[in-house]
Amino acid sequence: MSVSPPPSETSQSPNSELAWGTRWLGVTGLLAPAGLWLLLLLVLPTLVIFQLSLVPNIRPGDVVIPSGIENYLRALEPGNLGVVLRSLKLAIGTTFLCLILGFPVAYWIALLAPQRWRNLLLLGFVLPLWTSSLLRTYAWIAILRPTGVLNSLLGIVGIPGLDLLNRPPAVLVGMSYSFLPYMVLILYSSLEKLDRQLLEASADLGATPLQTFWKITVPQALPGIAAGSLLVFITSLGDFIDPELLGGASSMTVARLIYNQFLGQTPNWGFGSALSMVLIFAVSVAIALLLKYGDSSATQR
Amino acid sequence: MATPLRLNANRDVLCLQPSMTETAPTPQPDLDHPDSPDFSLDMAHSSFKPRLSWQSVFVGLMFVFMYLPILVLVVYSFNESAYSATWEGFTWEWYGYLLSDARIFAALRNSLTVAISAVAISAVLGTLMAVGLARYRFPGRQLYLGISYLPLIIPDIAIAVATLVFLAAVGFSLSLWTIVAAHIVFCLAYIAIVVSTRLADLDRNLEEAALDLGATPVQAFFQVLLPQLMPGIVSGCLLAFVLSMDDFLIASFTAGAGATTLPMEIFSRIRTGVKPDVNALSAILISFSGILAFVAEFVRYRSEAKRR
Repeated sequence: MSVSPPPSETSQSPNSELAWGTRWLGVTGLLAPAGLWLLLLLVLPTLVIFQLSLVPNIRPGDVVIPSGIENYLRALEPGNLGVVLRSLKLAIGTTFLCLILGFPVAYWIALLAPQRWRNLLLLGFVLPLWTSSLLRTYAWIAILRPTGVLNSLLGIVGIPGLDLLNRPPAVLVGMSYSFLPYMVLILYSSLEKLDRQLLEASADLGATPLQTFWKITVPQALPGIAAGSLLVFITSLGDFIDPELLGGASSMTVARLIYNQFLGQTPNWGFGSALSMVLIFAVSVAIALLLKYGDSSATQR
Repeated sequence: MATPLRLNANRDVLCLQPSMTETAPTPQPDLDHPDSPDFSLDMAHSSFKPRLSWQSVFVGLMFVFMYLPILVLVVYSFNESAYSATWEGFTWEWYGYLLSDARIFAALRNSLTVAISAVAISAVLGTLMAVGLARYRFPGRQLYLGISYLPLIIPDIAIAVATLVFLAAVGFSLSLWTIVAAHIVFCLAYIAIVVSTRLADLDRNLEEAALDLGATPVQAFFQVLLPQLMPGIVSGCLLAFVLSMDDFLIASFTAGAGATTLPMEIFSRIRTGVKPDVNALSAILISFSGILAFVAEFVRYRSEAKRR
């Protein structure tokens, strides 16, 4: 950060000279520590894994010579491509589930619940976020395993038990459970700003509740829906704990594959780095879409 | 004009974490429907009685969905037979088992060391960063802002990989302190976001008045700005603390030998199935985080009440 020379010669403005000096001192003093930290431990490391991703068959301790995109091509081999596609499918499924489960909750709390209970209800709904995510996922093992809570309950009603654990549906349940509160928070903050007079006007003018919902509520909530969906999509795309604990061998995802390249039996840091870059790229695309969308929806108003 | 909008869109996505502390609406206008808050409901569903609509039933079910797993953990922690779903009788056995487990306590101590150190450093870095970004326009600000959002955008697994590879590349040996260094990255980002939402609705005149009355910028910062920011800093720190205590991925990639944190210890125990002592641990941690959430909400509530 270069300090520009203060404009000094004006006789009657020692004040502005001081202001210039303190200004740059202020900027540097306030922003340099955090900036350096992020640069050193986030930006630089990301560049380093990008470099490493271009080194095929690297082992810890090898000399790093970037020499090709084999690692990226390897991600396109049928087995690995299947993993990538499964991750995408799971993330899209989770997003969809969170949206259809979360929207009624956010709508009810924001518009239908008694005014003074709203904050408390919202707090109550997202309170589980304060507990360990690992343990919340672990609880689903106890619920979904063959002799677990779910099958005991089904047994009482007389329905044959389901074998969900260690299959992709269990991952879907776990991830939806983990990320639903985020979706509700974002949808709430967008529905809460909804113009109620429009709803009333629509009803007055003879629209059915369903018409009002699709023509008034949904369009107004669209930025929130987009933001919430993309957030849940991004988070579930990179999720490791739910697929690892609930998915078993049949639901390998990108995050698990990356994990195995570093902490698994047969490490391959180059391939792992390439997969991480793919993940970062996918997330960046999603964010870019959101920003583009967010801007266009804002300018419409 | 595009810039503030973009920032808002960004914040909408990223701020959700703040345990809704900051996303929750500030003073609710109580005036739009003074007599009947359910007015719009009555309009939309004139044939329904509002009390027990299908919506509220659905929402009730979703609340059950959110709390069922937690309830299951707590109930099972008292179940005599740990491995079956049926209730076999009440026992404290698993708690005794847990309290005599030195490894859990070592892991807990590691986790607390990491979380407290990371949050303490991040509180300073994150607050300075938020103030700097809010108060100054300078070339490269947009880039800086973008980088400050990265820890919230990039998936944990990628951050973990990048940190591990980088530390290996520069030949830094892993320990408990490398976890702290890695945690500061996301802790400072979250604290900065929470603090900056607080900064946005502060009265700048107070600070300028202090400067006009002859306070140095440093004095103005410590005696005028900082006290006003405190509620934001505290709730940001609480959020960062919870996230740091909760982090499994980044810690397990950056931990040195012997530096096992609580989530790492829990993970290594539960990946092989249901463990009764982990149930007991869950129940304890759930009560603890319930208290923490209560404190956080109390702080927020008080600061909001003061502002009115």
